[in-house]
Amino acid sequence: MGRMPSVLPDGEPAPEDGTLPAEALAGAPDRPLGFYAHVPYCATRCGYCDFNTYTAAELRGTSRDDYAATFAEEVRLARKVLGDDPREVETVFFGGGTPTLLPAADLGRMLGAIRSEFGLAADAEVTTEANPESVDPAYLAELREAGFNRISFGMQSAREHVLRVLDRTHTPGRPEACVAEARAAGFEHVNLDLIYGTPGETDDDWRASLAAALGAGPDHVSAYALIVEEGTQLARRIRRGEVPPTDDDEHADRYLIAEEALSAAGMDWYEVSNWAVPGDAARCRHNELYWTGADWWGAGPGAHSHVGGVRWWNVKHPAPYASALAAGRSPAAGREVLTEEDRRVERILLELRLSAGCPVSLLRPAGAEAASRAVGDGLLERGPYEAGRLVLTLRGRLLADAVVRDLVD
Amino acid sequence: MPATETTVPQPSRTEPALIRNFCIIAHIDHGKSTLADRMLQITGVVDTRQMREQYLDRMDIERERGITIKSQAVRMPWSPTDGGSSGGAHILNMIDTPGHVDFTYEVSRSLAACEGCVLLVDAAQGIEAQTLANLYLAMENDLTIIPVLNKIDLPAAQPEKFAAELAGLIGCDPADVLRVSAKTGEGVEQLLDEVVRQVPAPVGVKDAPARAMIFDSVYDSYRGVVTYVKVVDGTLGRRERIKMMSTGAQHELLEIGTNSPEMTPADGLSVGEVGYLITGVKDVRQSKVGDTVTRLSKGATEPLGGYKDPKPMVFSGLYPVDGSDYPELRDALDKLQLNDAALVYEPETSAALGFGFRVGFLGLLHLEVIRERLEREFNLDLIATAPNVIYRVVLEDRTEHVVTNPSEFPVGKIEEVYEPVVRATVLTPSEYIGAVMELCQNRRGTLLGMDYLSEERVEIRYTLPLAEVVFDFFDQLKSKTRGYASLDYEPTGEQSSQLVKVDILLHGDKVDAFSAITHKDKAYAYGVRLVAKLKELIPRQAFEVPVQAAIGSRVIARETIRAIRKDVLAKCYGGDISRKRKLLEKQKEGKKRMKMVGSVEVPQDAFIAVLSSDDGDSKAKK
Repeated sequence: MGRMPSVLPDGEPAPEDGTLPAEALAGAPDRPLGFYAHVPYCATRCGYCDFNTYTAAELRGTSRDDYAATFAEEVRLARKVLGDDPREVETVFFGGGTPTLLPAADLGRMLGAIRSEFGLAADAEVTTEANPESVDPAYLAELREAGFNRISFGMQSAREHVLRVLDRTHTPGRPEACVAEARAAGFEHVNLDLIYGTPGETDDDWRASLAAALGAGPDHVSAYALIVEEGTQLARRIRRGEVPPTDDDEHADRYLIAEEALSAAGMDWYEVSNWAVPGDAARCRHNELYWTGADWWGAGPGAHSHVGGVRWWNVKHPAPYASALAAGRSPAAGREVLTEEDRRVERILLELRLSAGCPVSLLRPAGAEAASRAVGDGLLERGPYEAGRLVLTLRGRLLADAVVRDLVD
Repeated sequence: MPATETTVPQPSRTEPALIRNFCIIAHIDHGKSTLADRMLQITGVVDTRQMREQYLDRMDIERERGITIKSQAVRMPWSPTDGGSSGGAHILNMIDTPGHVDFTYEVSRSLAACEGCVLLVDAAQGIEAQTLANLYLAMENDLTIIPVLNKIDLPAAQPEKFAAELAGLIGCDPADVLRVSAKTGEGVEQLLDEVVRQVPAPVGVKDAPARAMIFDSVYDSYRGVVTYVKVVDGTLGRRERIKMMSTGAQHELLEIGTNSPEMTPADGLSVGEVGYLITGVKDVRQSKVGDTVTRLSKGATEPLGGYKDPKPMVFSGLYPVDGSDYPELRDALDKLQLNDAALVYEPETSAALGFGFRVGFLGLLHLEVIRERLEREFNLDLIATAPNVIYRVVLEDRTEHVVTNPSEFPVGKIEEVYEPVVRATVLTPSEYIGAVMELCQNRRGTLLGMDYLSEERVEIRYTLPLAEVVFDFFDQLKSKTRGYASLDYEPTGEQSSQLVKVDILLHGDKVDAFSAITHKDKAYAYGVRLVAKLKELIPRQAFEVPVQAAIGSRVIARETIRAIRKDVLAKCYGGDISRKRKLLEKQKEGKKRMKMVGSVEVPQDAFIAVLSSDDGDSKAKK
């Protein structure tokens, strides 16, 4: 699993030294700061994956062995760019790629760089993604020792035939065992990522996956509809007719099944694709930074960052990424400075996905009319609406993008 | 031979006995422009140095000062080479005729200005239906017909075969059919001689009050309207005050003259002569084709016969794709009307398409020409509703309604509905007789008759409702005959028919742009087809959308566009945010191209797809 899509947006060029406009840093101390650490390596590329990741065969001229050191260079650049920003880091998230393809010690060194340059808050959330086949109890213990306290396993499915279509190499049962091993190693928070709507998956397969995941006792589950991205192996296989295409109606059914199973097991949705046991503790605070307009520095090839209304993204390939840093330059490929209206639109489209919803006050008159219609159509909850917040109903969650299109008017 | 300058009779002083007024009837591509080029050259009107291809057609582009007048009548001196009784310098007036069925009335006026016509037929292809229609029109006008086969230099030419065909049609000896190559000039001199020998001189009364028939009128942005006339009786002189007899409008003749081929001012035009008038008016509707021009003082009291107001036969709603282009569309129509007396329009509002115009046309080609000019010359993106004809609806209370827009079909108790009918002539290779007859029968046709032009070619005549011809008929005819059949039609009146209005409802709301009037036996098929198509074209909405076809309150077809159940991206993390915002912006742009029909978002493209596949007009050229 990963967090960084492979296609970079269009934007303006970013300055070579990575400096930010003064207004981006204004008021920074009042916003939480997070760090995303991208690890662009995988043992093999899965057929559905379009994330910015590279297998050994795809890499030329760079070595995984040097990655932690290169990464630390960017952390030092971040320190320089943010200057005397007094903030400690509240959350760190290692994604990929497969972070756990690196030795635990490397991940520890990368985290160490962040700690030494910025300092970690006492209650900082430090997560890494992990593939079930790439960890064992010793590795997990080492991670815990290095300061990681949350781990997210890419389980995807409990069915072998589904894992096969997804090119996942672990065996059914292994992710559940991982949860137990992580607990034993002292991880307080454990997430399982699931994918539904894979060609060939039935409703019952999906129910079985949910049951298996819940049986392992994670405090957090992410469930994603399979997106067939252009340019992936899976897209080609579907085009050639080797596997059936995904179906939106089927996805809707699976989502409802997920909501039913997860809430029956005592979990609450707090974002369209994320469920956690009640209380704030189990939620992924790092992801919440993304959704609430906080600041984060994304380090690593292709990683995206956001500070005070400026979004930027690094060059994708590890080789130019490394050489930029080696030459003392920012690895940023481009950036965009958001307008007030951009920020308003982003707030609506991000916050509406949350169970906390977004305030009605963000809307202009046309959007407010649309909101009132959406309440009438059963897409927004009436109670919160009357209290000034827009919160999606279950049906509204499935149509969130359509609702947003009307609300931003 | 070319007449020498000193012997050439001058305008206003030319004896009618020396005048030959003729036109060339030909199918497109059969070589009319090339033949005209050769005639201009051989008569010395245009010298070889100035000569260029399709001289008359291209004058508009090439002339200096931006004058865009296409010469509608060229005065050419010619002294026949065979000497004899018709020797000496004559004046040949070559009069242009519009080439298409939609402009039958204009053709008839051009023909009325002539005493003879050259029937020009490609020796490799034979006669086509529209040529045949114009030939019949010429015969009805008692014109002397000179049959000519062109392109005899082509290897594929079959002059024997087609000479026999022409001889059969006009009742002459195949040996009398001239053979020319307009390209090489072979036979053109003999043809000019034959024009002098065979075409009768115009007959008029020299001393009578002036009467001149308008056979064309063209708007030019520099000179105003240029009116082409044939003087039937008397004379018209420059600076005279004239009167248009149909309207009583009075004008001063600012200029009078002839084209050889450039506009050449003259002292006047006398009996039998053909030339142009300029009065300074700015709108062709003030100088109507078919009208009679006379002098203001001591003018004629009886107009020449044959004048008709142009009557639109086919209507279509034209709407700008972008509603804010409405004023541009209005201005563009105003401008086109300056040069097209047959173009009529009035503002119309469609609940589905917004503000536009209901535009009347002479026929499908006229519609297509206007639409193309609006799009090309005025850079407008248009949605055109399916073309329809005019219906006359008589209600049970005997009140009568003329319907030019199907959505205005009255809802009361209907006693009778009348629709226009045409006499259609199809020329086809005989192997397709069955296919053509089947098509015509399916289109509610009544067989009038059938004649073999030769062993392989047949002329089939049907009475058909115009609405059926307008609806895809030409495309069907072409596809059923592998492109070999040709079609012509002329309006012949109206008939009472069992017609109903089919409405299309989206989520219960009537979509006016899709309403259609059809024969009751075809209503069901129309409804089913349209409803299925809309289901395919309209994206799923947040709610279920029934798509229905109904006659009155009776639903005859129904499909359901299922509600969309999922429209949400699964993931929205740090790197997805910019991408998602940009996707949203793109989707908002897409939403602007949607038309709201009630609460349903219908893509602009759906209207275009549904309407354009129904009209079949885009290919309805000859």
